[in-house]
Amino acid sequence: MGAQISYDIAHLIGATVLMAGFQLLYQRRLFAVLNTFAFQALALAAAAAWQAHIQHAPHLYVTAGIALVFKAIIVPIALHWLVEQLGIHKNVETAMSIGWTMMAGVALVTLSILLVLPVTANAAALTRESLALAMSVVLLGLLMMITRHNAVTQVVGFMALENGLILAAVSAKGMPLVVEISVAFSVLVAMTLFGIFFFRIRERFDTLDLADLETHRGDR
Amino acid sequence: MSAILWQLLQIILVVAISPLITGWVRLVKSRLNGRIGASPFQPYRDIYRLLQKEAVVAHSASWVFRVAPYVTFGAVWLAASIVPAFTTHLFLAQAADLIALVALLGVARFWTALAGMDVGTSFGGLGASREMMISSLAEPAMLMVTFSLSLISGTTAPAQIIAFVLSGGVGIEVSLGLALAALVMVAIAENGRIPIDNPATHLELTMVHEAMVLEYSGRHLALMEGAGMVRLTLFMALIGGLFAPWGMAQSEGGALALAVGLAAFLAKCFVLATALGVFETSIAKMRVFRYADFLGGALLLGLLATIFLYVSEAV
Repeated sequence: MGAQISYDIAHLIGATVLMAGFQLLYQRRLFAVLNTFAFQALALAAAAAWQAHIQHAPHLYVTAGIALVFKAIIVPIALHWLVEQLGIHKNVETAMSIGWTMMAGVALVTLSILLVLPVTANAAALTRESLALAMSVVLLGLLMMITRHNAVTQVVGFMALENGLILAAVSAKGMPLVVEISVAFSVLVAMTLFGIFFFRIRERFDTLDLADLETHRGDR
Repeated sequence: MSAILWQLLQIILVVAISPLITGWVRLVKSRLNGRIGASPFQPYRDIYRLLQKEAVVAHSASWVFRVAPYVTFGAVWLAASIVPAFTTHLFLAQAADLIALVALLGVARFWTALAGMDVGTSFGGLGASREMMISSLAEPAMLMVTFSLSLISGTTAPAQIIAFVLSGGVGIEVSLGLALAALVMVAIAENGRIPIDNPATHLELTMVHEAMVLEYSGRHLALMEGAGMVRLTLFMALIGGLFAPWGMAQSEGGALALAVGLAAFLAKCFVLATALGVFETSIAKMRVFRYADFLGGALLLGLLATIFLYVSEAV
């Protein structure tokens, strides 16, 4: 029964991360997107801490701490600050309607489940489900990068994708800590670079809407 | 024998407490808005006052308009009496399942919409068309929730689902969480609560349910209002019963179990009513064009619940 409960809770937290991924697709306001992203990172930290508890792997607590401090606190605050500084339009512009995006999201989740379950037939049940969930989160992050015009929301999509990667990493046993730390720091560096790029893009094109950049592609 | 007795008690109970629950939601909302608010017993007085008044019917109204309140109230009442509120040992529990429940609510909604269109005023038609749009999205979501619940427990009868959950055979299921979220969203839409419809408005841009019952007066209006209140209680009993059935009396339970079940039911209702009041105060009404996203979200959650069920089956 104890194993069942710990399995169920891990499953539940993973599903919370996935639901936050859907919530990201659903939001129409830029700040709501950022807050949802912070919530997703929080759920991710909880997932990592829970995996550390049930796998008896103390180094995963470090991962949880990194997720909590960097992804749930620093990155959202930095993005908030950036949006304030850039003074951009606070509505989210989408390429597809929200309903269709959500439907595509469900299709992607189904796809990842269908894909992961047969491939990992020999792994433990916990790992299989977590991998299916993690892959769904990754695909939803990709979907968000595809269906958003604004550069800031695309970056949030990238970060959400990276959340999925961390989720996969914590549920697979034996991932070295140094890899996770380096991933976490590279995301922070990427975040800084994105910030610089946002200013550069806006300086040059007066917008962060990447659809407007397409016309510049030919004659540059 | 006791099943018939308890069924009668349930039938009386849902009607007796539903104005109180509605009144409590209003009181919570008033307090959060910084107003003192009316007593939670005010809906009883409102209904009594309406019952004293003469029912005025428009010249253009046909028999549909006069019959609709009775059919609506009857269907909702019947639906509420088959949802186990405080005990699963009910006379009608064998006869009706969740699909029948959806159908009964559909009948009530159909007649309300017919009545809205019958008088021929523009508001009634507008409300009816919006209501049909909402229901065309909410009903599949509700059925999806039903399917995922019945896949878990192997039955669509609420009494048996509750017995299954109470037996401890089901752990913390992701599917149940998703189904709960979907059911809450459906309940908000079906009861015309705030992100979808504002129950306290008479503004043509926003009203859905109010627009349909605008032409009613007297005892007809009392029945329509009563049907809305009973529907709210029904959904609270459904959510509290299916997803948190603790305390509910089982078939072998005696008077003590019944008392515990009643207390648990009332406690669940007040917790849910308070949560509803807080939620409604903290959120803004949606635009009509966004209903599809909201209820499509509910449908997708129901769908995901079913998909995850297959994951855990396969593992």
